[in-house]
Formats: sequence, structure tokens, C-alpha cells
Amino acid sequence: MNLLIKGGRVIDPSQGVDDTLDLLVVDGVLQEMGAGLTAPAGSTVIDATGLVVTPGLIDMHVHLRDPGLEYKEDIVSGTRAAAAGGFTSVCCMPNTKPVIDNKTVASYVVNKAREEGFANVFPVGSITQGSKGDNLSEMGELKEAGCCAVSDDGRPVVSGELTRRALEYARGMGIMVISHAEDPSLAGDGVMNEGYVATELGLKGIPWVAEDSATARDVYLAELTASPLHVAHVSTKGSVRIIRNAKARGVQVTCETAPHYFILTDEAVRGYNTNAKMNPPLRTESDRQGIREGLADGTIDAIATDHAPHHKDEKDIEFDLAMNGIIGLETSLPLSLRLVDDGVLTLPELVEKMSCAPARILGLARRGTLVPGSVADITVIDPECVWTVEADKLASKSKNSPFLGWEMKGKAVYTILAGKIVNPL
Amino acid sequence: MGDAALFNHKHIIALRDLSADDIRLLLTTAENLKEINSRDIKKVPTLRGKTIINLFYEASTRTRTSFEIAAKRLSADTVNISPSTSSSTKGETLSDTALNLLAMKPDIIVMRHNISGSHYFLAKRLSCSIINAGDGAHEHPSQALLDMLTMKERFGRLDGLKVAIVGDVSHSRVARSNIQGLTKMGSHLFLAGPPTMMPPGVERLGNVTVCKDMREAVDGADVVMMLRIQLERQGKSLLPTLKEYSRYFGLNREILKLAKPDAMVMHPGPINRGVELASDVADGDQSHILNQVENGVAVRMAMLYHVCGGGTVDAG
Repeated sequence: MNLLIKGGRVIDPSQGVDDTLDLLVVDGVLQEMGAGLTAPAGSTVIDATGLVVTPGLIDMHVHLRDPGLEYKEDIVSGTRAAAAGGFTSVCCMPNTKPVIDNKTVASYVVNKAREEGFANVFPVGSITQGSKGDNLSEMGELKEAGCCAVSDDGRPVVSGELTRRALEYARGMGIMVISHAEDPSLAGDGVMNEGYVATELGLKGIPWVAEDSATARDVYLAELTASPLHVAHVSTKGSVRIIRNAKARGVQVTCETAPHYFILTDEAVRGYNTNAKMNPPLRTESDRQGIREGLADGTIDAIATDHAPHHKDEKDIEFDLAMNGIIGLETSLPLSLRLVDDGVLTLPELVEKMSCAPARILGLARRGTLVPGSVADITVIDPECVWTVEADKLASKSKNSPFLGWEMKGKAVYTILAGKIVNPL
Repeated sequence: MGDAALFNHKHIIALRDLSADDIRLLLTTAENLKEINSRDIKKVPTLRGKTIINLFYEASTRTRTSFEIAAKRLSADTVNISPSTSSSTKGETLSDTALNLLAMKPDIIVMRHNISGSHYFLAKRLSCSIINAGDGAHEHPSQALLDMLTMKERFGRLDGLKVAIVGDVSHSRVARSNIQGLTKMGSHLFLAGPPTMMPPGVERLGNVTVCKDMREAVDGADVVMMLRIQLERQGKSLLPTLKEYSRYFGLNREILKLAKPDAMVMHPGPINRGVELASDVADGDQSHILNQVENGVAVRMAMLYHVCGGGTVDAG
């Protein structure tokens, strides 16, 4: 089946393209990019006039909860949410039941996604067996089974020695280590950012240094071992500064942040709003500005959602007991487009952070680009579409979003997976 | 009591949510109701036919008893539920427990809970009134109101008072409610305690000065309020030993001399004698600790009365 996308503003930072062009897809592969292309007989034609055409968006940090926690989300519902949000690829974290710490579980994820999913799923294997922080996982086999990285996301690797060895071993296997940077002794049993709001609400705080000290340690270990490191969900201005300095020294470090860290602050917790509870927690306005500066100057390479679905029974309870995390796949694009409206990023820079950079960091071949010969993963965006976030219209099984009821501008009108339109179905 | 209709709150969860007028009204009502407690027959029919559930997820003798007596003196029917006898040990959620209680049509649920904000959570789900008898490290409005009533009785005003609060402010809902309430009433608060027990940004909570040591806080104070130190904090990272705590943050006669000669000594109880408060001070002339307890009943009567919509109190 062939597809012609006509007259859109094609933005592909991987080859420096930002122009009104047509794209021709043949048999799921990008055949040609140019002006005035004609479709072979029987092609589907999308009129993209006034729309933005980008390489398929990639969310390098999601939780699909499959296997084992399917009451929150599964590979089908999670990838449907991805497609609805304009994402053609997602990287799912290994904190499932069982943990993705061996090739069998990794293969299950890959196969189920291939057979039933609406987006490419690249699993992230665990750094340590069972994510228990004791022994390294079989990273070679995880990679062979399709894992794009390793991480014990959700919990840090407490031991410095083990983190060092993980970085070295992973480098040998050619697989990226993603750090969940947190010093659990400093985070303690905190439930929100430490500061004035926590003091007023009488909630236990998590200080910024719980993140920054762990970021610093992991960055230094990457430097020591000359190994690549990716830092997940950066939420503090201090972590941005540490990573900026490390990059200037030539350390092979990359990082991501999530939309809630550049949109919200800990003020959102007021009213004991459990949909504003996540780890790392929402920080202060000065952190929010620091994150924006990090995005603008390129310190922060990627925007990922940390999509973390939870059942109503796990969120609609007393604040201390509520689980950490929010869903993000279906709100990430319009929230990130606000960075363009706010003058923080240009639209090509945003596409870079939501598609090209994740593909490059994780080595996802023929993704995150519209170079002819690439897999035809394409997102067509209407940047002017205004819509409201409504729980019952979300594709995700879970509805734990602080953005319910928010008016959004910008929407993926077509999500195209290997030449096939998966959104709208 | 003709101004009772001015109280427009269905719940009393935090003094942060009340205005100075609300607080003034509650204190005036408490002053009027207090007289009932010294009658021979200590009962008025004001809340006859009302059902009040005391739902206490944390152990409490003083507060629970005080709320119960307050309700009974107003002729309400009371039921006490505590964790050892409730379904919470069977894994029932707070929401389910409360909805089950609500099905029995109480007018007020008075709750103490170890998690900050639990009362807001319930107020969103229940149609009855909720009164906070203490939530986590957030607020304890009835304690602060009884503290304010005790100060007002002694000085005739709250405006312009210098109030020292000494101890573990971080974990103290008593401190937070007093900061909220006393600031609204025009008092100035001076806090002292080890920096490990001083929450960040506390000076922004109200008319608050954080002092470098206890002497500075007590110096020239009208009121010295000592907070109870949780004995189990000893030896953890917040505090080396109770001995050292007592030496630097305990109130004894010598330090009390720094306060005004007629300064009041207050404590929310229960006291750790010889730790935060020397026995001779606790039992001395300047101690108002038992007045606080006495006023607790009157203040809680006023709270119950106003969330039930006010109306006429039988003056007997």
C-alpha cells in the first residue's frame, strides 16, 4: 500500500529540512521527499496543507505495565494511547511483573507489541536482576531480544560500585544505561518536593539534593568509565547544571525531561492533588525555569513523558498512600508545543527532542528521520487544533492526569506506523 | 448568639481556611458556652438529636474525650471509633469506612488521621460535616482555638501578643494551626528548635520569626508554648539525645525569666516532664496547661455548634 502526504510543512531536523514538501511512502518505507510528487495509482493521499509533517514521535520513557499489571495499562491500550498522542515508538520501562530482566520477558513484550500494538515498542531491560540492585542482568541477551537500553527506573541503583560496573559492562554490550537519579536516603519517605508548599500542607518533602547528588555521582561514573549515560526525568535546575558542565567536559551524557516539569510546579499539589504526585516530584518555579533553560540551550536532549498509568484505586486515596506518576502520552505533544509558543524552542528543535534525539541516543535505526529508506513512521500535526482533555476520551486505561479539563492546542491528526495510518484508526 | 449565621463553613479542617472573623466568632461562642461546664447540670439541649462520630485513626485520650464531652454537654449522641476496633485493620480504605459510617446518617464526623490532608479527601466524598481533630503534620484547629481562647482570657486580646513556640515545628500540627490562627488575630510568633526540626519556608506561613536559639524566642514573650517532643525521635538523625534536647530546648525557671513577668506557659500535652518542660515550670504559677484542657471542651462545643448551623443556645 502506498501513501502520499501532500503539501505539509515537513520538518526533519535529522537532515535539516523545514519546507513545504510531499512525502511518498511505498510498502512501509519512505521512498521520496520532494515538491510536486505524484502518487502511483491506488495510493492513499493525505492533504497536509497547513499541517506539520515530522518523523514519527518517539517517547523514550513510558510504563506499559505489561506483563503483570494489566489492570493499569497493557501493551495494546498503551500503544493506542501512544498513537493517539502522535507517537510511533515508545520505550517501556522494565518495572513490570515479572521485571524485564531476561530475554523471555523482553521477547514477550516485543512480540505482543508486534502482533497487537499500535506503535513500535522497544523495551528497556533492567540493569540488575529483578531491579533489586544486587546483580547485573544479562544485558547481552536483553539487547539481542530487542531491548534498546537498560534501567532500574522507579528505583535507583544504590551502590556506586554496581553502577560503575553496569556502565562498563553495558558499554561492552553496546547498550545504553538510563539512570533513575535519586539518593533514597535523602528522599526518605517524602511525598512531594521539599519547600514552602510541603511545609504549609504538612507533607514530607523530598529535597532537590536527592536528585542532584545522584545525578552528579552517575555523571562522574560515566566520566570515569568513559561510558555513555542517559539521565531520566530530570526535574531540577541543579541536575541541568551538572549535566551541562559534564557535556562541556566531553562526558558522554544525555538526558530527558518530562512535560510536567516544564509546565507545572509543586503549587499543583495544593488541595492534596494526587495527580500532581510523582517521582521525582514537581519542583519550584526556579527549577521549572532551569528546565526550560536546559531545553533551550540543548543540555536537555529529549522530551519523554514517564507515562505512568495507575488505577483509580491507587490514586483516588489519601495523599501519602497514592502511587507516584501520571499518564502523559496523550498530552505530551500539545504541552511541548507550548515551548514553541513561549519562545523556548523552535518547532524544528522540538521535533529534534521528540523524535530525532531519542532515536539517536538509543540507536533506533531508520527511526526519527525522514531520509529515504527509513521506516515510514510519520506524525502529521495540526498545531492549531484546540481541544480539551477529557478522561473518557483518553485511550489509556488509566486517567491519572493533572491536565484533565485543560484546554490544549495542537494535536496529531495522523499517526503513521510503517506507512499505515494507526490514528485515527 | 444572633451572629451565628455568619459562620459559613460546613467543615472545620484548617485554620488556614478560616478568616479572623470566623475565629473571633468561634472564640466568642466558646466563651459563652464555657459557663455550661461549671453548672450543676452540665447539659443543654442544643444539639439534641444530632449524631456525632469520633473517628480516631491515631491514639488520643485528651482530644477524643474532650470532643466527646463537648458533644454530650450539647446533648448530641456520640459514637467513638478507633483503629483497634475499626475495619481499617481488615484492610478497608478510609473512603469505604467513611461511606459506611455516612450510611448511618451522622451529622458530624470528628476525625483524627495520621495522613495530612485526609479530611479534605473525605470532605469531597461525604455529605456530613467534617471536623479535624488533627491530621498528620498539617493542622489541629481545635487545639489552636483552645490555645487562643486561653491566651485571650488571660490578656483580653490576641492582637500584638508575642508568642514563642519551641520544639519540633516540622512534625507539629499544633504549631501550624497556631501560626495560621494567631497570625490572623494579630499576634507575632517566634519559633525556636533545632534546625533539623524547622521546616523550610516556615517564616512564610504567617507573622513568624525563626530565632537562632530558644532564649531569643522566649525573650520578652507573653506566651511560651512548648511542643511535645516525640520520644522516638531520639537517636535518629533529627536529635542526638533527649538529655541534650532538654538542655538547649527545654523550658526551665531560668529561661522563663527571660519572658515577661506575667508570661503564660502552655503545652498541648501530654507533657514529657524533664524533657521539654521542667516539672516546677509545668506545675508553677505561670503554667496554664490545665486551663487549656478546660477550654478545650468549650472550644469544641463551639465548633460542633457552628458546623451544625448555629441557632439558639439555651442559656438555661
